[in-house]
Amino acid sequence: MTDALAFGLITAIAVGLSAGYLGSLMVLKKMALVGDALSHVALPGLGLGILYGFNPFFGGFVFLFVAAALIWRIERVTKLSVETIIGALFTLSLAAGILIIPEFELLEALFGDISKVTLESTVIAVAASVVAALMTRIIYKNMILGMISEELATSAGVQVARTNLLYLFLVSLTVAAGLQVVGTLLVGFLVVVPAASAKNLSSNLYKYGVLSSAFGVISAVSGILLSDYFNLQPGPLIVLSGVAVFIVTIIIRWAAKAPAL
Amino acid sequence: MKVLAANSDNDILTVSNVSVKVKDQVILDNISFGLKKGTTLAIVGPNGAGKTVLFRALLGLMPYTGTIEWRGAVKIGYVPQKLSVSDIPISVREFMLYKCGSGPHVEKCITSVELGTGRMLDKELGVLSGGQLQRVLIAWAIADNPDVLLFDEPTSAVDVDSQETIYELLNRLQQEHEITILIITHDMHVVRHYSDYMLALNRKTIFFGDSEEISNPSLLEAIYGSRLLLRKKPKEQE
Repeated sequence: MTDALAFGLITAIAVGLSAGYLGSLMVLKKMALVGDALSHVALPGLGLGILYGFNPFFGGFVFLFVAAALIWRIERVTKLSVETIIGALFTLSLAAGILIIPEFELLEALFGDISKVTLESTVIAVAASVVAALMTRIIYKNMILGMISEELATSAGVQVARTNLLYLFLVSLTVAAGLQVVGTLLVGFLVVVPAASAKNLSSNLYKYGVLSSAFGVISAVSGILLSDYFNLQPGPLIVLSGVAVFIVTIIIRWAAKAPAL
Repeated sequence: MKVLAANSDNDILTVSNVSVKVKDQVILDNISFGLKKGTTLAIVGPNGAGKTVLFRALLGLMPYTGTIEWRGAVKIGYVPQKLSVSDIPISVREFMLYKCGSGPHVEKCITSVELGTGRMLDKELGVLSGGQLQRVLIAWAIADNPDVLLFDEPTSAVDVDSQETIYELLNRLQQEHEITILIITHDMHVVRHYSDYMLALNRKTIFFGDSEEISNPSLLEAIYGSRLLLRKKPKEQE
């Protein structure tokens, strides 16, 4: 096994686990397309990293972080839906990113390049994923209560607005970590499809959280191994692996003919 | 209007001249009332009267002018009108653990609202009947021994028989724990049989006083704009 493949697999495991777990909340919040659209906001940051020679992760993360704060604030002031605000921000970012990033590197930014994963970027991605997953674990209960009823959560002492902001920051962190594995175009997959697959098979939150993380890891790892074997782009293969898992869960659910296992 | 003595030792809530505006539209206009510990207040009024907004203000979720004074550090349990649970795979046990902290306490809470603990705890919240869900929510609300319970139309999705048993349950819990209860309801039967006081709203206070006044046809007309027939008390029907 080459160093690049080993680093790629370690990164994929960390990012797959973290994205799957965070995504389990995103799917319940009916923000499935938010992760996808939000990932495009990183593009100008990646471009600046490529242009000025610093780690594109940091550029992407700063843009995502600022975008998360803006989305949260604009939503509170205007009462526009999060999807609408992200829709405006992501097209703006996409336009800026395409203008900033040289044509050759644009493909890498859009689809990721696992062959370029280094020890440094692996450490950064693992650290970011671990922090994001642990913080999500801490706020999971408050997020769920806020989704069930804002008033119920408030009466239990939950600060719903602050929790939502923290969650958006954690999504930014996870998306930034996933950019180098699958790129800006496909990273949204990692926060949506594994959780959607898990929801097909879950009757409680514990099972849902565990399966979301597990399916995230399975999709990312199998995609990278297939990419190494067939010498193809890993991003699309990660997506195809995850979709295969999703289809299997639909068949299991359908075969069981029950609300959940 | 009958006004309760304010700021006595037994008062748990004093609301003075509370007004709420949303986008320059007055939702609540100069509402004042007080409530004593261990009593039940029914809040009635037509749709859009500002009942739920008043609850949100009492919970601190809504900006308002005027003052809302809770006595000391009261613990408030809240049972909302609507829950978004159909899409969330959360079991009754997991939901209760969020409030109770430990397994034995969960079972104690669930049995206190007359629900069996066996398979019930492993059921998803989203598949419970209206009555079962309401009991779980009551168990959740009383799990940490609150001083006050706020109920927003607690039996709107429940059949008539279950409504009666839920209000009997609330009555028992109130007597056992001396909880102060505020209920938003459209059911005049609930106002007469399970409440001590009534606050009739239509953006401003129409009436605040003894709940027996709900039998007064001219008051009902003032609240709802038309004459209504009341169900007779069970004793009267016999």
